Amino acid sequence: MTNANARRLMLTVAAPILALGVAFILTSLVLLALGDPVKDVWITMLSSPKPRQITNIVNGAIVLYLSAIAVAVGFKMNLFNIGVDGQYRVGSFAAALFAGQAWLPGYLNIIVAIIVSMVAGGLWASIAAYLKVRRGVSEVISTIMLNAIATGVVSWLLLKVAVRVPGSNAIGTKEIPESSQLAGWQLIPGATNRVYSLLILAILVGFLYWFILGKTRFGFDLRATGSSETAAVASGVKVKRMVMTSMIASGALAGLIGMPLLFGQDHSYGTTFQAGLGFAGIGIALLGRNNPIGIAFAALLWSYLDTQANGLQIRAGVAPELVYIIQGIILFAVVIAYEGTRRLDIRLEQQKVARELAAQRAARATEGAAA
Amino acid sequence: MAVEVEGITKRFPGVVANKDITFKVRRGTVHALCGENGAGKSTLMKILYGVQRQDEGTIKVNGQEVSLHSPSDAIKTGIGMVFQHFMLADNLTVLENIVLGAEKLHGIGGEARAEIQRISAEFGVDVNPDALVADLGVGDRQRVEILKVLYRGAKILILDEPTAVLVPQEVDELFDNLRELKAEGLTVIFISHKLDEVLSVADDITVIRRGTTVATVDPKTVNARELAELMVGSELPTPETAESTVTDKVVLSMKGIILAGTEGRDLLQNIDLDIHAGEIVGIAGVEGNGQAELVEVIMGMREPSAGTVHLEGTDISDWEVREIREAGVGYIPEDRHRHGLLLDAPLWENRILGHQTESPNVKGQLIDAKAAKADTERIVAEYDVRTPSIHVTAASLSGGNQQKLIVGREMSHNPKVLIASHPTRGVDVGAQSSIWDLMRQARHEGLGVLLISADLEELIGLSDTIRVILRGKLTGTFDPDTVTSQDLGAAMTGADGSHDEPHAAATESSEPHQDAR
Repeated sequence: MTNANARRLMLTVAAPILALGVAFILTSLVLLALGDPVKDVWITMLSSPKPRQITNIVNGAIVLYLSAIAVAVGFKMNLFNIGVDGQYRVGSFAAALFAGQAWLPGYLNIIVAIIVSMVAGGLWASIAAYLKVRRGVSEVISTIMLNAIATGVVSWLLLKVAVRVPGSNAIGTKEIPESSQLAGWQLIPGATNRVYSLLILAILVGFLYWFILGKTRFGFDLRATGSSETAAVASGVKVKRMVMTSMIASGALAGLIGMPLLFGQDHSYGTTFQAGLGFAGIGIALLGRNNPIGIAFAALLWSYLDTQANGLQIRAGVAPELVYIIQGIILFAVVIAYEGTRRLDIRLEQQKVARELAAQRAARATEGAAA
Repeated sequence: MAVEVEGITKRFPGVVANKDITFKVRRGTVHALCGENGAGKSTLMKILYGVQRQDEGTIKVNGQEVSLHSPSDAIKTGIGMVFQHFMLADNLTVLENIVLGAEKLHGIGGEARAEIQRISAEFGVDVNPDALVADLGVGDRQRVEILKVLYRGAKILILDEPTAVLVPQEVDELFDNLRELKAEGLTVIFISHKLDEVLSVADDITVIRRGTTVATVDPKTVNARELAELMVGSELPTPETAESTVTDKVVLSMKGIILAGTEGRDLLQNIDLDIHAGEIVGIAGVEGNGQAELVEVIMGMREPSAGTVHLEGTDISDWEVREIREAGVGYIPEDRHRHGLLLDAPLWENRILGHQTESPNVKGQLIDAKAAKADTERIVAEYDVRTPSIHVTAASLSGGNQQKLIVGREMSHNPKVLIASHPTRGVDVGAQSSIWDLMRQARHEGLGVLLISADLEELIGLSDTIRVILRGKLTGTFDPDTVTSQDLGAAMTGADGSHDEPHAAATESSEPHQDAR
């Protein structure tokens, strides 16, 4: 058994490393083909980040982590919640609107706003869940459409309630009161900027994800449904209810994505609020294999690439959008590598079982002969 | 000689699937390959059809040594394969299915049709080329598969367990077809573990045991028992039950169950069925006549349109699957891969499946992994599940061991009723006899057992009562002590006249059967 675990661990680690290697080679080839300075690009990308950048990497990773966990909850059920992007916009907007009113004092305002965001995200996801359960609409289609609708609805509502952000042309919700803003923690030595206080939220979510999925009856039912819907039905899982629950849970978690940004940095929801986090979460959940620790590494890697790419234009004369190519290749390579290692793992295990059973039989035969 | 196989050995890491397999097939004969499940027949077949390569040994076709790297190589040398699981597109016609993938031979139009008609006439394999495959019965589908192979020019046909899906009457028709093929000079390699069939149709029989050929015998000079002993190396187990343990206490009772279908006819029509404590009720029927639906209604996976199900006097008609399982209905599903196991999950998690709310698997809302693992160890030991560990995935076990795990799991929660759907399908002889023992033991302990099986010998051997299901209706009751396979086969197809829907019977038991004779 320890052997099997060691083997699995090795395969688990080998696959993403292989994928990174492939991404490195293919990106270099692309750069070569376009006549860009390959060496300068990699020096920039792989240079060791300054303390300030490390903080940025960690902060980016916190947000991406929450997004990937939201996606992973769906993945565990074989539900492709592409709609995390829309769900976090709706949630963030609702939370910003609520917190901006300052009806509640200090931390209480934060906690209730977070709940508001989860409820809004969950409600938005429940539309797709309802359509899937009652009408058989694929959640991929409905959530993609709901993303577009979310963008429109939020922009429209924003215009109704917006105030002008002081000193810029952007508009946003009313700024949340100072007592509800989180200053962050001075975690990285030598950095002037701070890590989001809501790092604890990400850690808490990661722990609960691991605990609920791995240790509870509900989690067992959810994983069983994802692994074989027919077997789950026969075992007494109400699959439709499970689809509703997990989709809404995914949406509620999506509601958390914007919270570190809202309380730790932007203090309002406006036109400049970071977009596209939901899509990044899909890739990170895939890369991290829906595993809470794996996702943490994947989120840090993603954020590292994002941050390092900022220097590309100045230091290597290459557009920072190059990082999307790198990330895209990593994803492609990792999907292929995971499928490869999955098959290899199954084959190795079957061979091992056959071998050990043959050995047991042989042992029994010699025993029998001796007796 | 049509085929000469000499010293074939195939190793997989850790196991030798085939070892020094040697036999010769004479042209124009039916040659049976006989052996229990897991003896290495399917590996040998894959080698003959070019799906896998042998590590050692040679294959000669018509005296020429051949090297088969792919099924298309095999087809080129004139070897064709009819798989146990049909590979047909339901929504295409017979003609389209035959031509599919071989469009280059005779096109897809009139020429192809003429060729199919020529082959049909020459070999006496008759199917209407314009019929939709979805409308065909199992026997006809098999004929389409045979036609597909003939159309591609095969002179040597390999049939993998062709009778597994047929009722006795259809088996006879198949054998008539095979004799016709033989008469036209074709060679048939027939893989089976059903001894009486092998004895009746084969000209030569090669027995495979533990991956190697043990003997080639003449069916005229051996009897079934000798053949069986060659196959297993010892005497074959039989599914016989001891004296009756039937009580008059009804544990499961279905009354007037109707399940409406989507297209007019009800899937289940007015089912009345009582199962007593200590009784095994066998359900005989051709697959797709409502057996699956019957089980799904009992298990709560489908809501009946009318009627009631009572478990020990309690109405469970409206209960959810989970409540029904908790109340003591054990379930051995027909398709263990789809309904009984999480193939990617370790054995101990599979031990929890279906009993996610019951001790020892859970403590409150939490999974009690430690207790579940300990109990899995117990099941593995008690039910003789052959596995190196309870941490390997269910997929890595053989079918028989997967099934023993399922039986062990279901028997571990004090069931009152056991619903067993094809409990020994696809398991080897050793596991089969231990599963039969477990069913007998369950009956002895006062369980009511509903046994659904396609294996008539199993039904007759184990059941206290046999009911026949035909088009969603229980049409006959038989006493297993006096009934024969032929009687059951007739009742299963409605040929005994017990069925009162002559119109439906005529459309479904497809007329071409008669022409084929």
